[in-house]
Amino acid sequence: MGNNGREPIIKIAGMGKSFGDFEALKNIHLTVHNGERVVVCGPSGSGKSTMIRCINRLEAHDAGTITVDNIELNQNTKNINAIRREVAMVFQQFNLFPHLTVVENLTLGPVRARKMNPADAEVLARKYLERVHIPEQAEKYPAQLSGGQQQRVAIARSLCMEPRIMLFDEPTSALDPEMISEVLDVMAELAEDGMTMVCVTHEMSFARKVADTMVFMDAGEIVETASPEQFFSAPESERTQMFLNQILQY
Amino acid sequence: MVGWMKLTKGLIAGLLLTLLLTGCGANWGWYVVSPSTESGRSNLKFLIDGLGYTIALSICAIVISIVIGLLIALPGLAKGRAPRTMNRVYVECFRAIPILVLLLWVYYGLPVVLDIGITAFWAGVVALAISDSAFEAEIFRGGIQSISKGQIEAADSLGLSYYDKMRYVILPQAIRRILPPLGNQLVYMLKMSSLVSVIGLSELTRRANELVVTEYRPLEIYTILVLEYLILILIVSVGVRWLEKKMRADEQ
Repeated sequence: MGNNGREPIIKIAGMGKSFGDFEALKNIHLTVHNGERVVVCGPSGSGKSTMIRCINRLEAHDAGTITVDNIELNQNTKNINAIRREVAMVFQQFNLFPHLTVVENLTLGPVRARKMNPADAEVLARKYLERVHIPEQAEKYPAQLSGGQQQRVAIARSLCMEPRIMLFDEPTSALDPEMISEVLDVMAELAEDGMTMVCVTHEMSFARKVADTMVFMDAGEIVETASPEQFFSAPESERTQMFLNQILQY
Repeated sequence: MVGWMKLTKGLIAGLLLTLLLTGCGANWGWYVVSPSTESGRSNLKFLIDGLGYTIALSICAIVISIVIGLLIALPGLAKGRAPRTMNRVYVECFRAIPILVLLLWVYYGLPVVLDIGITAFWAGVVALAISDSAFEAEIFRGGIQSISKGQIEAADSLGLSYYDKMRYVILPQAIRRILPPLGNQLVYMLKMSSLVSVIGLSELTRRANELVVTEYRPLEIYTILVLEYLILILIVSVGVRWLEKKMRADEQ
């Protein structure tokens, strides 16, 4: 699948997760290579978000193993923190800190978690604001920005941690239609720069353009893993075909 | 804010006017605290001098209760059962004890248990602080729990430590929601400080009681006492409102 012999950076093997009696994830196997762009899709409630939230331990898995950059994810807080330093997350609801300005949102992580000095962190913050095309909004509060701008700030905030992997949890689902493309553009640029990405999204044209690997999930299982060419033209599984028919109908 | 200030001013003016008018009647004897006579001045000074203890007692108790309240609230938000149980036990126990009873126990009982001496002032601070901290712990817990889970997740995925997450992300947002009920609690505590008069601390209420015994003018003296608390508490209220406004201002 176009890994060009790149080394695996995320290895998920036999992973499961239950909420009480409900089995949200069953026997998940997924390997993501350095620089690979993985797009995860599937009907709502299929466990897509839960799966990527397990990768940086926002949810704790209760079966199988997850290894990120050769560090095993378990209860060990040291390991969790080490993995969180490499893995950044962009949320559906942005989750910007409303009481801090844009630039303060961006420098908090580097200064507090990476012990960077504040002046350097600000230089870094402005560099990444430039990269998401909103350097002029640095002094504003999140509530003063549009949804698309807020999500780009959230992406910049993640980038300031200089992660090796970025997880996107339906980053455009809370946006008004006219703002979706400004966020997808930024994500596509990141992909071009070689960022390792795991992205849960329903934006199939984005997936077609950017993904190296498509993952289809249903009812807590990975049903199909394929290259985008194969995935969109000749999906193997019936469930994948049904899903694609439904979302590509219009 | 302006309307509220007007209301306050009107209220005080109305109260003073009523007092003055009724004071002209035969049943009032304002001479007992009249600033125009030597004994009236000294009585008035005696009453007002109680402010020092009332204020010092309240400030000490408030500061300590806020610190304890926060230390008790945080385990209440933990995932583990043990810290949550500790929080529940503390809150349920101290919330259930009447302040007056706790005060008597701390003043008369604690010295025996710990084999120490305790002054009326510190007994008052300890009793008020402990009792109040149980209520404040609940206020803090509620405020912190009202912050959306997404904020905590964002802080976690940035790799912030527990302390940094609380200090820079959660508490600054929670404090805005905590302030109104906390202001309520401060007013309540200030009023409850009058109970410390029963163990002999020479604060506002104690002094009024003492003066009533020697002068036998309860109506006038207790009216002055009412005004003293009213003014003190209005000042606290104005302070809390000002803080609330200031916090909103830096959000936007």
